[in-house]
Amino acid sequence: MPRIVVEVMPKPEILDPQGKAVNGALPRLGFTGISQVRQGKRFELTVDGPVTEDLLAEVRRAAETVLSNPVIEDVVRVAEEA
Amino acid sequence: MAQQPAVERGTGAAVGARIGVITFPGTLDDRDAARAVRLAGATPVTLWHGDPDLHGVDAVVLPGGFSYGDYLRAGAIARFAPAMNAVVDAARGGLPVLGICNGFQMLTESHLLPGSMIKNDHLHFLCRDQGLRVENTATAWTSQFAAGEEIVIPLKNQDGQYVADERTLDELEAEGRVVFRYVGGNPNGSRRDIAGITNERGNVVGLMPHPEHAVEPGFGPDASAGPRSGLDGLRFFTSAISSLLATA
Repeated sequence: MPRIVVEVMPKPEILDPQGKAVNGALPRLGFTGISQVRQGKRFELTVDGPVTEDLLAEVRRAAETVLSNPVIEDVVRVAEEA
Repeated sequence: MAQQPAVERGTGAAVGARIGVITFPGTLDDRDAARAVRLAGATPVTLWHGDPDLHGVDAVVLPGGFSYGDYLRAGAIARFAPAMNAVVDAARGGLPVLGICNGFQMLTESHLLPGSMIKNDHLHFLCRDQGLRVENTATAWTSQFAAGEEIVIPLKNQDGQYVADERTLDELEAEGRVVFRYVGGNPNGSRRDIAGITNERGNVVGLMPHPEHAVEPGFGPDASAGPRSGLDGLRFFTSAISSLLATA
């Protein structure tokens, strides 16, 4: 069955405490050369029918209203995954 | 079974006021909120998230906890509960609504209040008695406080950092809609030390700290009268009762 992927990230101007904590942990564990981490969310939506433009538009609407909070997050990707 | 103390029965003049407390899956503080309503002198009415009928209550408390496990975002799924749809409609019509902690998060997710809560800047769950300054005494839930009064009620959360864009923050300040500000140190990185806000009309108030845990001697925060004697939370509920009487 086809799958649509939705990716949500904290807005650039919003401090991302989780990303900051991960960023702090990396060098402690010996991973160097990484200067910033931002942590977001990935949703995988399995759909019944073929992925049409209408269906993608519907998923975009769901992404903007339920899967993300536009006050603090941006939907950065809505796409069919092969 | 021990006899209930007289104060539990709600013998105040406003015993007719019925204040609903909504329970969602994962709500923790509904019983304490109902108890606070009773101690303040009103009648608590138990409401269920799946019931779109608010049963004619005069005001609603959205209590704290972790509704739906805080999955997706704190308060995000509760926003779509049948009871919440009814609350949103009624709040737009002027029904007094108090959102505490997770209830505040529901109010921002349902856009009754602006901004949002994200994880505390220090990333830890924090539980402590918290000082607040009351900056707006014109709301349905704060009329019994003095302007600028400092109070202490418990604070306990992990996602308590209030954020909004600068324009929204400026608007809130200009319109006097910052109701509570943290004093004695910002516990979570909230913008401009904001602990609680209200809508334009003043009937909807949300805050992160917990007034319902400071309503009975022996169970509140430490205060000048002695350990656990703090009762500053009680006036949230007596304020609602007096605002209901004023409009009755």
